[in-house]
Amino acid sequence: MKNIKVLGTGCSKCKNTIVLITQVAEQLEVAINLEKVEDPNQIMMYGVMSTPAVMVDEVIVHKGGIPTKEEITSWISDT
Amino acid sequence: MFQIFTDFASWLTYQLLGLASETKLADAVHFFIEDVSKIFVLLVVMIYLIALMRASLNVEKVRDYLQKKHKGVGYLMGSSFGAITPFCSCSSIPVFLGFTSAGIPVGITMAFLITSPLINEVAILLLMSLLGFKFMVLYVFVGMSIGILGGLFLDAIKAERWLQSFAAEALVRGQSQTESQKSTPQETERLSIKERHQFAKTEAFDIFGRVWKWVIIGVGLGAALHGFVPDGWIETHLGDGQWWSVPAAVFLGIPLYSNATGVIPIMESLITNGLPVGTTLAFCMSTVAASLPEFILLKQVMQWRLLAILFATLLFAFTCVGWIFNAFTPFL
Repeated sequence: MKNIKVLGTGCSKCKNTIVLITQVAEQLEVAINLEKVEDPNQIMMYGVMSTPAVMVDEVIVHKGGIPTKEEITSWISDT
Repeated sequence: MFQIFTDFASWLTYQLLGLASETKLADAVHFFIEDVSKIFVLLVVMIYLIALMRASLNVEKVRDYLQKKHKGVGYLMGSSFGAITPFCSCSSIPVFLGFTSAGIPVGITMAFLITSPLINEVAILLLMSLLGFKFMVLYVFVGMSIGILGGLFLDAIKAERWLQSFAAEALVRGQSQTESQKSTPQETERLSIKERHQFAKTEAFDIFGRVWKWVIIGVGLGAALHGFVPDGWIETHLGDGQWWSVPAAVFLGIPLYSNATGVIPIMESLITNGLPVGTTLAFCMSTVAASLPEFILLKQVMQWRLLAILFATLLFAFTCVGWIFNAFTPFL
């Protein structure tokens, strides 16, 4: 199971990102571990400056906006 | 170049809606249609073109660049980058921390963050098309000066004392890095034309989607002022003679929150209705840059004391801008 983290300080774009990832995972029927990281200190530790950012298994795959459905699909569908 | 929008508005107002010209209502409707259509077209076209050019600029690059700058130049560059670098206001905390942990002094970071909401490419365009080139230059000059002077002031009072402890520690760590340890700039990705187009397209839709309602509200208020506030009323009651109108305008701007795009159409109608330029500037800058929800967010990285100082500094700066411009308007 993949660990997905969404980094963001709680703005609407970050919330939409979470909703979208949940939706795509449900559609594809893939179980994921979704976590929201809102603590600025932790976000800083990851070196992220544009939020929302998405991490898959501790690797930053996206930052600075809401990802597209295609992007999300490519992260969570197993290869 | 903009005549077409005037003609379009005339056609819609007088022909299609059949409003009699010379009436207040027709006047307001005409103003509304002309400005909304003009701004919408300008927005989409210009955001796209500008985004094409700055597709490869991002906050990470700005950080790497500022990290290597000496203090003096740093303030000017911090403020300039604040004007041209796009970032969503919800990113201001991560940006603040990213800069801080790279060892960039708090003053320079704040010069970046203060200038950022005040000046952006959309604001510059709107100012130029609605209020003219001279006014645009003036606005940019004032916006950057506030950013730079605000940053210098925070540096002078050693604002880093009042950061939240984890941010202060990050700053110390960042500054103790030796040159070689400093983050190596990411290799510049070369973007293909197609990627640039994609970025610019997304950007144009994204920004337009966010600001169109502000334009409607802004122009709508402007149209109401234009059509229904009697000529000369503002001038008589809020004109140059009333020194208190500037601080009043600043305070009125605090609870109002809009981005620069929404407030500029209001600016246009306030000025054409006779509100002094300085008072208008003060009101608009306060609306754009001094918003309580934004400030409360900053609490995550700053102690109350610093927040209060920052807020007071901004209000003071806007008030001074208002007074200075009102005093100098006759010479412009």
